[in-house]
Amino acid sequence: MSSFLPPADRIWWNVPVGKQEIIWAGIALVWCLIMFFMMPYWHVYGKQNLSTEAYQTNAEKYGESVEAFVAEYQTGVEEQSGMPIVTPPAGSDIYMLGRLWQWYPILNLEKGETYRLHLGSMDWNHGFSLQPVNINLQVVPGYEMVINVTPDQAGEFTVVCNEYCGIGHHTMLGKIYVKEN
Amino acid sequence: MSEENNLPKPERIPFFQRMLDNPFLLLFIGVAMPTVFYTLWGVMEVATLPIAK
Amino acid sequence: MARFRVCPDSGFYFDRSAESLMKVNAVAGVVFLLIAGLLALGVILTRWQEVHLLPADLFYQVLTAHGINALIFWVIFFEMAVLYFASSTLLRSRLAAPGWAWAGFALMIIGAVMNNVAVLQGNSSVMMTSYVPMQAAPHFYLGLILFAVGALIGCFVFLGTLVLAKDDKTYDGSIPLVTFGALTACIIAIFTIASGAIILFPTFLWSIGYINHIDAEMYRIIWWALGHSSQQINVAAHVSIWYLITGILFGARPMSEKVSRFAFLLYIFFLQLASAHHILVDPGVSSEWKIFNTSYAMYLAVLASMIHGLTVPGAMEVAQRSKGYTKGLFEWLRKAPWGNPVFSGFFFALIIFGFIGGITGVVMGTEQINLIIHNTIYVPAHFHATVAVGTTLTFMALTYLLIPVLFRRALFLPWMAKLQPYVFSLGMTIMILFLLGAGTLGVSRRHWDMDFTGAALSFEYPGTAYMMMAVGGIGGVLGVLGGAMFLIVTVGSLLFGKKLEPSAGLFQGFCGIPLADSVYNVEQPPRLERAEPIEHDHSGGFEAPGTFVLALALLVCFVVYYAINWDYLSSVWPIG
Repeated sequence: MSSFLPPADRIWWNVPVGKQEIIWAGIALVWCLIMFFMMPYWHVYGKQNLSTEAYQTNAEKYGESVEAFVAEYQTGVEEQSGMPIVTPPAGSDIYMLGRLWQWYPILNLEKGETYRLHLGSMDWNHGFSLQPVNINLQVVPGYEMVINVTPDQAGEFTVVCNEYCGIGHHTMLGKIYVKEN
Repeated sequence: MSEENNLPKPERIPFFQRMLDNPFLLLFIGVAMPTVFYTLWGVMEVATLPIAK
Repeated sequence: MARFRVCPDSGFYFDRSAESLMKVNAVAGVVFLLIAGLLALGVILTRWQEVHLLPADLFYQVLTAHGINALIFWVIFFEMAVLYFASSTLLRSRLAAPGWAWAGFALMIIGAVMNNVAVLQGNSSVMMTSYVPMQAAPHFYLGLILFAVGALIGCFVFLGTLVLAKDDKTYDGSIPLVTFGALTACIIAIFTIASGAIILFPTFLWSIGYINHIDAEMYRIIWWALGHSSQQINVAAHVSIWYLITGILFGARPMSEKVSRFAFLLYIFFLQLASAHHILVDPGVSSEWKIFNTSYAMYLAVLASMIHGLTVPGAMEVAQRSKGYTKGLFEWLRKAPWGNPVFSGFFFALIIFGFIGGITGVVMGTEQINLIIHNTIYVPAHFHATVAVGTTLTFMALTYLLIPVLFRRALFLPWMAKLQPYVFSLGMTIMILFLLGAGTLGVSRRHWDMDFTGAALSFEYPGTAYMMMAVGGIGGVLGVLGGAMFLIVTVGSLLFGKKLEPSAGLFQGFCGIPLADSVYNVEQPPRLERAEPIEHDHSGGFEAPGTFVLALALLVCFVVYYAINWDYLSSVWPIG
């Protein structure tokens, strides 16, 4: 019952610690260090490491970059939504923006190519959730994030918004098509 | 003799025990650590981001 | 003037104002738990896609209120009661500045009500996180600020009481371990609340038009120093309550004061850095910042939790073995009082917190693994294991203990109290496991409709995801039922519970304590003496082998699950 009484020994710090606690703390510490070094290890040897390239921007400026990108590489229009489909050259800078409530534009990419994907928000926080791949990023207004992404599967992929952004949040979808090259 | 042995005893509380018995020192550590490493470091990094071209 | 009463069953000395404050804070906490629990039903029945109960606007409104009431108001009110108990009662000291403590309580009540009113009015469905630039009504922020100031006052009353007890020499030696754990919670609370004030005050000024811009990323970083650390208060608080409960039920003493206190010290140093868990896929912060903070500086706070994970049940095992339950590895556990909700609640909280909450938390907080988890429903599944079971069930168990001690009432419907931790744990565990699964399949959190009705484009989740959300929904409903059982027992006990005579013989652990009336007839309790010394004999091998096996089982689950998630991550598109 001394857990809620003052310690029995006046100088409790010098009371020897049992073997069991020492062994367990040792095992736990080793495991903690393994987990810690796993992260830098993955930066060197793993393929999924989020770039930390980012810029301060604003909705107007970012919107202009996206529109310029769409104007240059638009190849069609998605019928259901009227959203532009953009087919940028392999390995180029590509743009997507989140706004209430769409991911704009639709991207047409090639499998195995690495693109510089710029992400930004025109209004509130949005969540870029690429399904069914399941890559999830936070898209914050006022910031432009640039990540290098290499689609390694062909097919149709959907961007779900997974940060709450108001009443139409559940209608906020975007598309990325990846074709074999 | 016995008095000499007894008197210095209260002074020999080890450093770590004295630290753990000092709530305000712990409060200082507990506030300073996250303020410096989490908040200030994080805010500095965001504040010094380059402006988009 | 006599200001103390001695509880005849527990032997605790209660300072009159501290006792009243504990009562009102605990009751207020339970009221907000009731609100949160009712709202939980709305949330779970909407996310269960086949039921899909609420319309979108109501769903987001209910979700906002559920989050704030459960994660902020319920736990922090209850923690105020714990702080007053751990300082005034455990140290046999009068409470410092009771007037201030009452003022703090009043501010907390006003703030909590104001915030709830703002959400109820419908223009503040901004979620608990209230990320700018989405704006809530000014009194949404003001309510939170007032609540935070009130809680801060409570923290300083706690610290003041420590000083008072030391000056009055009400105890001999160092403060008890439980009080030290409460001090850890208090320190974390002070950082938390200060961070909250720093970010919410400008946000309030912005909402009334005095400031025209709050940076969205700065807001996220500083807000999470509030949002995540507030849940670290819970961790420190419920771990110290675990030590208290094993002490009271089994007469357990810490296996080592040094080891347990050192583990709490690691919490003080590192636990709060984990606010970074929420910023791992945000723009603009470096990998160095992420790795250092998300890992609590090399996982030293995880080390602390793993140590508590051994020493809490270990202390119980040692106590049980000394009573003769020595057969095999687990007789001490089999022969534990499984029908006593104080024990079963504590033990389920410990297991679910460690095996599910702890492991998933570390895995999703790994810098790169967060990519496949951020903002999916995996996240609420995780924190329901930590907060809704770990903390809430611990507080429920403590409440069963406090009703006779603090309110001098016998439990109402004891059979229901006996069943409650089982129903609640079972329901919540089902919900948590299936929501973890759904999150792994990419289902979003904070999302009204996984069918995306009305969207210009379309997307379909796999059928398994629907199945998992449905089973999770069933578990959630069962969990709400378990919560309702708790509320029936507590509220029923206060209203209809049999009034206890001076002694009801409720505890076995307190031999030799004189009986007395429940009246304030003690002017100054006798000084709290140090625990009785025991032989420190560590030569005979392991004192708690059963616990060691349990700890190794935890480690095996941890390693396997950690590896599985790296493997999953390695299968997604390369990004860099």
